Parts: sequence; C-alpha cells; structure tokens
Amino acid sequence: MKSTRQPPGSNNAVKLALAWGFVGIPLVWGIVQTLVNAITAFR
Amino acid sequence: MAGSFLHRERTIAPAGYSRWLIPPAALCVHLCIGQVYAFSVFNLPMTKLIGITQSAPDDWKLTELGWIFSLAILFLGGSAAVLGRWVEEGGPRRAMFTAALCFAGGFFVSALGVYLHQLWIIYLGYGVIGGTGLGIGYISPVSTLIRWFPDRPGMATGMAIMGFGGGAFIAAPLSVWLMSRFSSSTHVGVAETFIVMGLIYLCFMMVGAAIVRVPPPGWAPANYTAPAQPKPLVTTQNVFVYDALKTPQFWLIWWILCLNVTAGIGVLGQASAMSQEMFRGQITAVAASGLVGLFSLFNMIGRFFWSSTSDYIGRKNTYFVFFALGTALYALVPYAGAIRSVALFVLCYALIFSMYGGGFATVPAYLRDMFGTRYVGAIHGLLLTAWSMAGIFGPVLVNYIREYNVTHGVAPAQAYNVTMYVMAGLLVIGFVCNVFVKSVHERFHMRAAEAEAEVEAAPVFGSE
Repeated sequence: MKSTRQPPGSNNAVKLALAWGFVGIPLVWGIVQTLVNAITAFR
Repeated sequence: MAGSFLHRERTIAPAGYSRWLIPPAALCVHLCIGQVYAFSVFNLPMTKLIGITQSAPDDWKLTELGWIFSLAILFLGGSAAVLGRWVEEGGPRRAMFTAALCFAGGFFVSALGVYLHQLWIIYLGYGVIGGTGLGIGYISPVSTLIRWFPDRPGMATGMAIMGFGGGAFIAAPLSVWLMSRFSSSTHVGVAETFIVMGLIYLCFMMVGAAIVRVPPPGWAPANYTAPAQPKPLVTTQNVFVYDALKTPQFWLIWWILCLNVTAGIGVLGQASAMSQEMFRGQITAVAASGLVGLFSLFNMIGRFFWSSTSDYIGRKNTYFVFFALGTALYALVPYAGAIRSVALFVLCYALIFSMYGGGFATVPAYLRDMFGTRYVGAIHGLLLTAWSMAGIFGPVLVNYIREYNVTHGVAPAQAYNVTMYVMAGLLVIGFVCNVFVKSVHERFHMRAAEAEAEVEAAPVFGSE
C-alpha cells in the first residue's frame, strides 16, 4: 500500500486552536453552568 | 456551486491536513444535535403559550408535548437506518450539510407551529424533519473518524459521541436564557428562541461541514503500521451493509446495545424521582435536579473514557465490564437505599451512567472490528434501531414496575428495588449475548471484484 504521509502544515496549529476553541469553549461553558447549578442545589 | 462544494472529491484532505481537525468537525454536529436531550426545557413553557402564567384550557398538555421528543428519537433511528448507505457513499460533508438543513429547519418549522399554535406542525418540524437531521448527523462523521484514526478508532468515535452527550449542557442553559430574554408579560418567547437556536445550530453545523475532510487513498498516520497479524476479533476485510444483517454478530451487537441502553435509559428518566423517593428527607427536589446534571456529566465523560479504554482492552472486554460491573451496581442500589447512603447511591449511579454513555460510544468501533471500515457508518445506522427500541421499552418498563409495586402496597422508597433487579437481569442477558460474539464468517466478506464494483458505482474515499 502506497503511503502518502505528509508533514503537518505550518498553519495547522492556528487552525487546530481555532477549531478546538470553537467547540471547546461552548462545551466548557455548558459544563460549568451545570456544575454551578449542581453545587447550588446541594447547598 | 453548492453541488461542487458538497461533492466528495472536494472533501479529500490536502497535503499537510491535520487529522486532529476531524474531531472538532464531528463535534460541531454532535454538540448541536445533542440538544435533543435538553428539549424538555421547552415543555413547561409550551403548556402556557396562551395562559402565559398558567395553563389555559386551550393550552397543550405535557402528555401531548412528550410526543415531540419521542418522534424525534424514532426518526433518528429510522433515518439512520434508511439513509446510512446514502450517508456513507456521499461522504461526510454532504451528510453534515443535509443534517444541518434538516435540524435547523426543524426548529424554524416548529417556530411556525408555536406561532400558529398548531401542535402537528411541531410534530412535523422538530419530530420528523429535525429527527431526520438527528439521524443523518449522528452517523455522518463515524466512518470518517475511523478512517482517520485506524490506530485509535474507539477514542475517535468516542470524542464525537461524547459531543452528543454534551450538547444538552449547552442547550439547556442557552434555551432558558433565550426564553428569559424574549418573554414578556404577554408572551412566553418560545417561537423566537426556536428561531435563534435554529440559526445558531445552522451556522455551527455548517462550520463542521466546511472543515471535514476524508483522507486520501493510501493515507496512514505517521509512525503507524498496520499489525502484521490481525488482532483477534478485528477483521481486515469488509462486509457489505445489507450482508451484515445476515450475520449473527450484527444481531448479537444489536441486543447488546439494546439491553445496555434499556437499562440506562429506563433509570435516566426516573433518576430525579427515584432519588427523592428512596432518600425522602435527605434529597430535596432541587438537590435531585443537581444530581441529574451530575449524572449527565458522567454519561458524557463515560463516552470518551470507555471508548478510549476499548482501544487497549478490546471491545468485547469493554462490554464484559459494562455488563458485569453494571449488574453488580444495579443490585447494589437497593442496598444503598436500605442503609440510606446517598454517597453509595450517587457512586453507583455515576458509574452506571458512565457505562450507559460508554455503550453508545464504543459500539461504532465494535462494528468496525466485526464488519470492516467501508460500510461501518451505514451498519451503525442500522444498529441505531436498537436505541429507538430501547427508548420505548426502558421508560415503560421502569414506570410499569414502579406502578405495579406501589398499587400492591410497596412503600415508594422500596418501589424501585424490583426495577433495579430487573435491570441487572437485562445486563446478565447482555453479558451472555457478548459471550457469543465471534469473528464474522468469511462467506460474508466482500470479494475483491465486489469491492471494486462497489467502488466504481459509488466510490468511498480513504479506504485503507
């Protein structure tokens, strides 16, 4: 099988940060909201 | 123009493309469609669309509104089963694009239904159109992730399916916040919230469709060499999507998923009421809602943790853990109630829900091990009918057993004990099904000529 391995592009780091931030920030926000509600509920 | 953008050839990754961009692309879709788990936040406001502060006689009833979620889950399973091959052969971008249009379109149609106060329009909008988007979106990134991560297929699909579990964490507070912004003394604000959420989800899912790529033919990760000797229970062959239905392995895994989900989904919907009734005076209604949030978090984390673990210990062993440990934990819950140990109860449930989520997330890699990479997405779509079935039977089973006990004089605190033992029994059956899973017989493998004909008819990119 012919392999076409490529070195990562120079701007990949920026793309990765943007892509993961795009999905990670809302998810972390939602989890924090849930945990805050859970902690409040137990007080 | 749009046609060429969606064409599968436009999605082949260019040189230097990082495979770590694929999980966020998949998460763009799964975080959105995971909203379905938070749809219940609209139920109460939608019972007051006319009365505003309290339900008017012409307002919708909760029982009528409950069908919206059920329809959506039913169409999720149906569309994943029927459209799986179309998704597989058209590539991930076309599927994600279509899922975005259907899911967001479902919100827009539902907004019209709220505006006109016609419940059937909401059934059609969120239930049928949105549910179809759910099914297409759920399976759209699965085979692409498996092709990009031949070394860690469990972890890769686990990340996406974790997003489905996490979508409710974003959707619930966002929906409540939007409704509070749009509501007034004469208006509940549900229609506007539907429109805004539809727009947000449309944009978010389109970003996923734009960045997703399939690997070029012959691609392999750096420093990865396919094992010289195939691992036990991991095939290097492919099984055609509809031939998979003829194998005992498909139906055994169907039952494994169905039983694991039935046990989990049955108690998931009752977790709040169950914790309050089992620990009367110890767990209040407010604390119970906090507990449900905590359990949902474990459901989400379990999806990533267990599917990643399965890359090391194997899929079959992972399900053995689910069924053996799950049986013990379900049997332990009545004891936790008897000694009134909230800590033990929470620990049991946290682990149970982590394995409930883990069951969803590990199954695509289990299918890949059994049936190969080529049609794994479509086969996964067919398997999701097990989820639809479990979604109906699980809650019914729990409610029926509890009702039977209460009407026969059992105290509410002990009414769930039988339920727990029944759930443990279901997991024992699942354990037995898992025992019988062996490699697929070679007569079901696609022959080279068949595979070539399939590729010519509808090329699937990135097959290793």
